[in-house]
Amino acid sequence: MARATPEIPNASMADIAFLLLTFFLVTTTINNDRGLSIGLPPPPDPNKKDEIKMQEKNIFKIQVNSSDALLVEGEPMGDVAGLKDMIIKFIKNNGQDPASSESPEKAIVSFKTDRGTTHKRFIEILDIVQGAYYDIYAEEAGVSNKGWRDAAAKLSDPESRAIYEKGKKNYPMNISIADPTKIGK
Amino acid sequence: MSKFKKKADVKQEIPTSSMPDVVFMLLFFFMVTTEMRKSSIEVKQVLPKAAQLRKLERKTLVANLYIGQPTKIENGTEEKIQANDVFITTEDIIRWVNEEKSKLIEAEREQLTISIKGDKDAKRGIIADVETELRKGNARKVLYTASDNSYARKQ
Repeated sequence: MARATPEIPNASMADIAFLLLTFFLVTTTINNDRGLSIGLPPPPDPNKKDEIKMQEKNIFKIQVNSSDALLVEGEPMGDVAGLKDMIIKFIKNNGQDPASSESPEKAIVSFKTDRGTTHKRFIEILDIVQGAYYDIYAEEAGVSNKGWRDAAAKLSDPESRAIYEKGKKNYPMNISIADPTKIGK
Repeated sequence: MSKFKKKADVKQEIPTSSMPDVVFMLLFFFMVTTEMRKSSIEVKQVLPKAAQLRKLERKTLVANLYIGQPTKIENGTEEKIQANDVFITTEDIIRWVNEEKSKLIEAEREQLTISIKGDKDAKRGIIADVETELRKGNARKVLYTASDNSYARKQ
């Protein structure tokens, strides 16, 4: 009793799958939602004049002009490789060097750009400044730099939150991004 | 001539029976990870590179602003700000922020993060203007989206 068994031809299945695969390959965009996170200051109060005097020694000045040239503490800097260590040293000075910051709470990294500075350069420098803080946080919390940043991304988890708080406790991230000057454009 | 007619007895064939399975696996991966873009981006988008990237905790609390030169010549060469699928000017930002906030539930409105996707060649001027408006609009959490370069060779 030979019975004809109905069969779906599966030779073309791979082809169909390949077609679909190519479609999704082309249309897919891996969404990039990672970047440098900052908090902007509240809007300026028109009734209050901001005449808070900071001591010069507590400010670490970084300036970038419209042709992306860098000025750190009044000195031109070509290679940014040593900048991070300079910032870490400045923040952790604690009054050891009388010409540098008094304490991490008072230390401010001031970052001023020009309207003509490219976004690329801005991000590059901001990356270094934030990197300096993250390095300190990571050291405080006893984890790696990446470990601390990962912990900061999931604060709902109490364990991560503990790492996050421990790192940040004594070192507020005082990065001041000033309004850009108007030389380039 | 017979010298060259050496034929190996061993069959050299790749088994193809499992190929559909492999392909389907890949297919499912891309089907799951794919995300259809609601709007096409009409400004240049080459993100700057950075190492100290932070991930966002909640993706639903993000609103994107794209800043850069328009890709199409008829839109001019001046840098523009794109929100959703329209170009906006700096004056519209406060209104846009309020619109984005109204999409969220009340308790989460203050947690709205603005992701500034600035092209690497965009000028600081326009981005600073956007920041000023965001401060006025009380959306002060900002993320400068960047691509990862921490695996790249150190300069």
